[in-house]
Amino acid sequence: MKILVTAKRVEDPESKIKVDAAGKGIVKDGLKYKINPFDEIAVEEALRLAAKHPGDVVAVSIGGKEVHEQLRHALAMGATKAVWVNHEGPLDQMGVARLLQKIVEKEKPDLVILGKQSIDDDQNQVGQYLAEWLGWGQATFASKADSLDSENEKNKVPGVIVGDGAKTVDVIREVDGGLNRLRLTLPAVVTTDLRLNQPRYASLPGIMKAKSKPLEEQTAQGLGVDVAPKITVTKLSMPPARKAGIKVPDVATLVTKLKTEAKVV
Amino acid sequence: MSASGYGLFGEEHEAFRSTVKQFVERELKPHAARWEEAEEFPRALYPRCAELGLLGLRYPVEYGGSDAGPLFEAVLLEELAKCGSGGVAAGLGAQFTISTGPLWRYGTDEQKRRFLAPAIRGEKIGALGITEPSAGSDVAGLLTTARRDGDHYVVNGSKTYITNGVRCDFVVLAVKTDPTKGHQGLSLLVVEKGTQGFGVSKKLKKLGWRASDTGELHFEECRVPVANRLGDEGAGFYQIMGNFEWERIAMALGAVGAADDILQGAISYTRDRKAFGKSIAEFQVTRHKLAEMATELEAARQLTYHALRLHAGGEYALAQTAMAKKVATEMCCRLADQALQLHGGAGYMMEYDVQRHWRDARLGPIGGGTSEIMTEIIAKQLGL
Repeated sequence: MKILVTAKRVEDPESKIKVDAAGKGIVKDGLKYKINPFDEIAVEEALRLAAKHPGDVVAVSIGGKEVHEQLRHALAMGATKAVWVNHEGPLDQMGVARLLQKIVEKEKPDLVILGKQSIDDDQNQVGQYLAEWLGWGQATFASKADSLDSENEKNKVPGVIVGDGAKTVDVIREVDGGLNRLRLTLPAVVTTDLRLNQPRYASLPGIMKAKSKPLEEQTAQGLGVDVAPKITVTKLSMPPARKAGIKVPDVATLVTKLKTEAKVV
Repeated sequence: MSASGYGLFGEEHEAFRSTVKQFVERELKPHAARWEEAEEFPRALYPRCAELGLLGLRYPVEYGGSDAGPLFEAVLLEELAKCGSGGVAAGLGAQFTISTGPLWRYGTDEQKRRFLAPAIRGEKIGALGITEPSAGSDVAGLLTTARRDGDHYVVNGSKTYITNGVRCDFVVLAVKTDPTKGHQGLSLLVVEKGTQGFGVSKKLKKLGWRASDTGELHFEECRVPVANRLGDEGAGFYQIMGNFEWERIAMALGAVGAADDILQGAISYTRDRKAFGKSIAEFQVTRHKLAEMATELEAARQLTYHALRLHAGGEYALAQTAMAKKVATEMCCRLADQALQLHGGAGYMMEYDVQRHWRDARLGPIGGGTSEIMTEIIAKQLGL
């Protein structure tokens, strides 16, 4: 089974993020970057599936040369090939989905797994656009019934269940009040939630091998995609600082305040 | 602040650093306080580290290592030191540095298969036994003897302050095979736990490094096969000296890693802590203190990396290694002390991590040869 995954470069959440003076972007100095954690879960899931249903795992990332770092990470985890869409400048979610669509048409994977969202803009749209434009089925927010402390997780059992003859996959999604199980006919698009798996570390042999794995370059122009953003950022601002809490003398005061001030009961 | 690998570490080293960081953050740091309290960390950490390939980075592939060279192990040592427990870093570090180092360098193929390979797999815990109640850096003055009797040596004596001493499966032991000679009378023997006459008398209580097991070992008419001797009889002194080199670089790297963690902790604490209406990190006195700490760290890091670079290039830079060990471990003590001061009253409380860093750092200028011994080595290298 051939699987395509994404490996977006995002700001490390442990870096201190500041809005720049123009209010249109963030200060990049001294920032650290990493692979989008939801994409890392997608890579892990693909590797687990590939261990049971052999086939290539292709990692895709879009951006300048710096995204090689994230592609190498996916390769070091075990992906077999990387595709780098060389692109500088702004890109909106539709542009990303259009580029991925072209890569999918070239690579012809049986399954596309990507993070449900990336932790920089938290848009949560690319997977949905991609499935729609490919005309494929989609299951968003893939999770699983087992906990991350379970034996199955220790044994790296995939959460996505491949049907007989690898014609379908079943995806478990967390919904209010329980779990929802969807069956998709392949090829299909799956987006990952946080509790699908605990990604493996890139091992030292994996890191060394990653250097010699193929990394193919593409460009928006070469793929024939117009990536001019349809969405422009007008203003970025930091969330308001949280106000200090208050102490109440007794339960009665708390209940009154919850009723009259917070209006939650 | 980053300085793109310091001209020393490449892309793969940095990728490996991310791996170790993840492991430390997920599997060590959350438990550090508990393990320190219990004065022990789970033995299962050895096989876990082995699974990740961390116990044999410098060692040959045929014994289960990665043959990746000292720079990868340097990355590991630096990042392990950020786990928040000097004891865990020391207990794991002793496994892949001082105890297995002599086996790798001086062991026969058979000895490597018996001891090095299972240590790399995390199945056997190793220790290095040099220090005695009455001799440490003065190795020529060691009193533990090994008397030849046919195919065996009969060992008598005791060792103390031995990291991994209580639960080790083997100890690489410095003994006098010829008590009439000084330096030339020393040899290294691998003694297996369970050998008759080899006993552990107690687990020692320490100021810091509490999660590490530090033991006192006794040997009474303990018969060790001659086949367990590393290299030639009488070669022990040079073997011990050779082993000190990486131990000292390892300690300097550990001090740099721990100091980095201590500085980050001080920055985040002073940002959160409010006094007189603003965070104390905004006061010039604090900002300058933190800036000075970062500068001291950077200077020690540069010297440490310099010694590491010389070592990686195959040079035995005795003076630079001693300088790096002294400067980095003393710097770490000062940074821990300053960080504790920046924490004010909280710094004196056991519930904050900084007190543990302060206690752990104090071992640096003592273990692996004291600062005074380092200074003496430097003086000798100056021809004084």
